[in-house]
Amino acid sequence: MALALGRKVLVLVASVFVASLVVFAFLAVLPGDPAQVALGLNATPELLARTRAEFGLDRPLVTQYLDWMGGVLTGDFGTSYVTREAIGPQLLDRLGVTLWLVGAGMLVALLIAMPLGTIAAVRHRKPSGAAVSALSQLGVAVPAFLAGIILVQIFAVRLGWLPSGGWTPPVRDPVEWLRGLILPALSLGLVQGAVLTRYVRTAVLDVQSEDYIRTARSKGLRPYPALVRHGLRNAAVPVLTVLGLQLATLLVGAVVIERVFVLPGLGSMLLDAVAARDLLTVQGIVLVLVVAVLIVNFVVDALYTVLDPRLRRS
Amino acid sequence: MTLLAVEDLGITAGGSPLVEDVSFAIEPGERVGLIGASGSGKSLTASAVMGLLPEGLTAYGSVRFGDRELLGAGERELSRLRGKDITMVFQEPMTALNPSMRVGKQVAEAMLLHRTRDRRAASKDAVELLERVRLPEPERLARAYPHQLSGGQRQRVVLAIALANDPALLICDEPTTALDVTVQARILDVLADGVRERESALLFITHDLAVVATVCERVLVMNEGRIVESGPTRRVLSAPEHEYTARLLEASS
Repeated sequence: MALALGRKVLVLVASVFVASLVVFAFLAVLPGDPAQVALGLNATPELLARTRAEFGLDRPLVTQYLDWMGGVLTGDFGTSYVTREAIGPQLLDRLGVTLWLVGAGMLVALLIAMPLGTIAAVRHRKPSGAAVSALSQLGVAVPAFLAGIILVQIFAVRLGWLPSGGWTPPVRDPVEWLRGLILPALSLGLVQGAVLTRYVRTAVLDVQSEDYIRTARSKGLRPYPALVRHGLRNAAVPVLTVLGLQLATLLVGAVVIERVFVLPGLGSMLLDAVAARDLLTVQGIVLVLVVAVLIVNFVVDALYTVLDPRLRRS
Repeated sequence: MTLLAVEDLGITAGGSPLVEDVSFAIEPGERVGLIGASGSGKSLTASAVMGLLPEGLTAYGSVRFGDRELLGAGERELSRLRGKDITMVFQEPMTALNPSMRVGKQVAEAMLLHRTRDRRAASKDAVELLERVRLPEPERLARAYPHQLSGGQRQRVVLAIALANDPALLICDEPTTALDVTVQARILDVLADGVRERESALLFITHDLAVVATVCERVLVMNEGRIVESGPTRRVLSAPEHEYTARLLEASS
């Protein structure tokens, strides 16, 4: 068990290294001189040369890569060519916002999908099960930003219960922070929850017809307890796969919700950096996103072995 | 008093009959075989007795267990009988156990569920049951997961679960069909000893006539959803009265 985990950690570290190489190489071969972008079209050749030297762009690529990675490992993502500000602190702030948003959104999604998906499966021949299915179908079709706008209309504009947008750091005012997080998390969670509900339903349906559920019934367990005790853990494996994919997609995908609710998240930062051709910032954000996705996959992988003993190597 | 009395049992799937006019009785401690080709309705009959028919199928007629009518009884009442007074072993051992639960726990669950043992006694007796079905190193196996066991070993575990609460009636639905021949004989031994020690009645479903001859005192022959012949095993197998039974015998010799 410990050995298997060690191997997975090694794979993770190697993947991060390769990812950093790819991200760096990709942006290095892209046409466009960062110094030119920063200074504009009218810059003199002398000024350009001086700026390149200032940013270290005149050094060999290997040196540039090592310098960049060395900084990244200590949390220093360099200085933006465009804004001339340190990238690292802003990146971490933005990452924090996105993680809170995605985390809360997925929590909402899980709280919706687990019970509803199970009910839809258990009662799949009854009207109530079909109703849950239809409702989740509808939820899948609604774009998250629309859900966001509708929620804002109701809870912020009409009822005035919650703010329509903006971000308060939790350390400054936990109550305001939570109030600001509720609507964005709901917008994200409702839609993702609808998607997840369908997968939970399928997984539970599959498990319900397994022989070991019949064995559990023949032991004297009633249908629902048989499913809960013997089915849910086995049904969790395919659901976990989808959950991992959703989490990975949302890290950038939440940008739509970030825009609707004016949240300073990572997705917004990436879009802004791309628009301003702030290559070093783009490079840093992409690396952080790749690492985040790799970590999500690592955790999902580790959870598989916790859930399913057949995947453990003894 | 008759242990199990099935009278005019019929099973339909949305109007089309699958089993019709099935009547038989099992006395306490009696070992009865139910034979017939696949698709003849043997397994459905057993499922109807357990009250575990697949969705979409309905049973009518009467299934009496002791003085209780099982057909139409509530899930609460049935689940109290299932796994305690009436237990069942299924055909496919590879998928019959929960892959993510330790074997010992799955055996102990049968006892905890019906409160026939407390927690500590259940774990202890689970190991003992595994030993009684002649599994090697029962203490180690109790901590194993099903995928670490062979098909024959898994079927012994299922049998241990079925015997855990000393049932009055054990139903076995082709318990050895999925296993290879050498393993079959040993499982049958364990099974026969298990019911004999507990004086449990046995309803043994199979299409293997040789197995019926060694295990059962009486035999019912089913064909196309009906019982076509019944009687003492020796008599039915040596001098069949029904033409279908004769063909079945011919085919297996």
